[in-house]
Amino acid sequence: MHKKPLINLQNDKLFITFKGELTLHTVAKIEKELAQVKTYSFNALQLDFESVTFLDTAGALFIYKLEKNFIKKEVTVTLLLEDTAQKETLNLVKENMKISHKFTPRKQKSFLEQTGELFYNYYIEILSFLHFFGKLFVTNLRYATSLKNIRFKEIFFEINESAIRALGIIALTSFLIGLVVAYQSAYQLKIYGANIFIVDMLGISIFRELAPLITAIVIAGRSGSAYAAQIGAMKITQELDAMKTMGFEPFAFLVFPRIIALAITMPILIFVADMMAMLGGLIVANIDLNITTELFMDRFSEVVAMKHFYVGIVKGPLFAFLIAAIGIHRGLMVKDDTQSIGFNTTKSVVESIFAVIVCDAVFSIAFTNLGI
Amino acid sequence: MEQIKVRDVWTILGDKIVHEGLNLTINEGEIYGILGPSGCGKTTLLREMVLLQEFAKGSIELLGKRLEGISEREAQGLRHQWGVLFQFGALFSSLTLQENIALPLIEYTELSEKMIEEIVQFKINLVGLKTEDANLYPSEISGGMRKKAGLARALAMDPKLLFLDEPTSGLDPISAREFDSLILKLRDMLGLTIVMVSHDLQSISDTLDKVAIIDNKKIIYEGTLQEVINVESDFIENFFGKMK
Repeated sequence: MHKKPLINLQNDKLFITFKGELTLHTVAKIEKELAQVKTYSFNALQLDFESVTFLDTAGALFIYKLEKNFIKKEVTVTLLLEDTAQKETLNLVKENMKISHKFTPRKQKSFLEQTGELFYNYYIEILSFLHFFGKLFVTNLRYATSLKNIRFKEIFFEINESAIRALGIIALTSFLIGLVVAYQSAYQLKIYGANIFIVDMLGISIFRELAPLITAIVIAGRSGSAYAAQIGAMKITQELDAMKTMGFEPFAFLVFPRIIALAITMPILIFVADMMAMLGGLIVANIDLNITTELFMDRFSEVVAMKHFYVGIVKGPLFAFLIAAIGIHRGLMVKDDTQSIGFNTTKSVVESIFAVIVCDAVFSIAFTNLGI
Repeated sequence: MEQIKVRDVWTILGDKIVHEGLNLTINEGEIYGILGPSGCGKTTLLREMVLLQEFAKGSIELLGKRLEGISEREAQGLRHQWGVLFQFGALFSSLTLQENIALPLIEYTELSEKMIEEIVQFKINLVGLKTEDANLYPSEISGGMRKKAGLARALAMDPKLLFLDEPTSGLDPISAREFDSLILKLRDMLGLTIVMVSHDLQSISDTLDKVAIIDNKKIIYEGTLQEVINVESDFIENFFGKMK
């Protein structure tokens, strides 16, 4: 418990006597009670701490500040402090306060500065992605000179990891998408009695657009993020540095196998997605529109040209390249803190899905204009 | 013979100058320490020597090759002649200890599987790990063991140069002293040149032949440990005060 300091004014000299504990817990209250001191006028001050029973560093700091304050106002201050332990505490505080400077607070940035920085960072990110591309290409030239340099073991490992294990989820998602699309359009088509056209609609939309996109989005969420997180963690634990000092080019060991594995497997995954989505559509057509399997198949081979299938498959390797490259690039951008793993993993998924959709739009327009 | 020559090296990170013209020379067979207060750029200098980071100006010569503008082929040649131990081991987390140590041998030599296995076993014993630890993954072993395994991996190719970043930090005192005597033993047995960054006073006085002290962006002392006390500097006063 704190005890009120006694304040006593005699002529031009003020006497303040402190009692009890002067600690972290009592200083604030004591400070408040000293507020009235300001109203007195005096040119000498005696601070008496002789009956203070306990002094901690906060209390000592309070004494130091009090003394310094009055000295600044040209008041002669006398300190009465007997206890040696308390004196030592006070001296410790005085010594350390002399060498320490005030913290300069971080400068607040103006709106203009913030905007500038934001765009500058985007610019730097684009440059760094281009740098990554360039490096990829150059390393490619250096390593693709002989078959021996291609790391088949890693490629097969990645194929298993990011494609074969993704088969289930891709099959299920595309089956459901086929089901939903067919169900919604069946309702509309029934109104016009154009039941049989569901085959044309499903065939073209699924083969050309839906299956490649669904596959790419699932893979971006599944493998793109995994790449970013894996490589980011390797960067933090200095595994990448260790590889470099041992002469193992991370691009050859980590980047290529992933990109190649994904580029090989993406068309296969798209094919699976095609089949599963059509199966979903077929079931709905069968139940909802009374189109038998045979009729569906007949109509299918009649109206859905092979080119639609190829257009979808061709997009595969390109989407794969975008997803893998963005994921790995984000992994390599990870800085030395754990937060940036999360940040870059999120970014990798957002950016690769965005890139895939933009790329798909470009394809869609180009192919249609080319008459494919 | 001079193995490493650092001449007038400047390092600038962002808008902060880290090194202002460093000069040092490391001879064959020396255990050389780079010391200095935290944040003075010791590890940065080490990273520059092993081609992990670029410097702004000056030159570093390693085993007679200049690092600035080095060709990829020569750089690869150098990488086969050095071993690096990182502060936390930096073992590849997807490989077991044995696979970690065997990796450079598998990649760079034509040795048979059996031979590689024996070399790995020898290196594991050399650094004081047990043979039965060989099949553990880095996540399954302690920090001290990771360091020893990292050293075994650094020694896998029998390098001429060994770079150690804080080799004894995070080790208990007994393991730390064991590590020191191991380093001395390796130097004597294999004729290694060892460059290390360290804060461990005991380890410094037990192992180092020569030291360079970086303070205020410059090298304030290069030479033997015995004479370091005569140099006027706050850092030396604080750090070596106890040795007087």
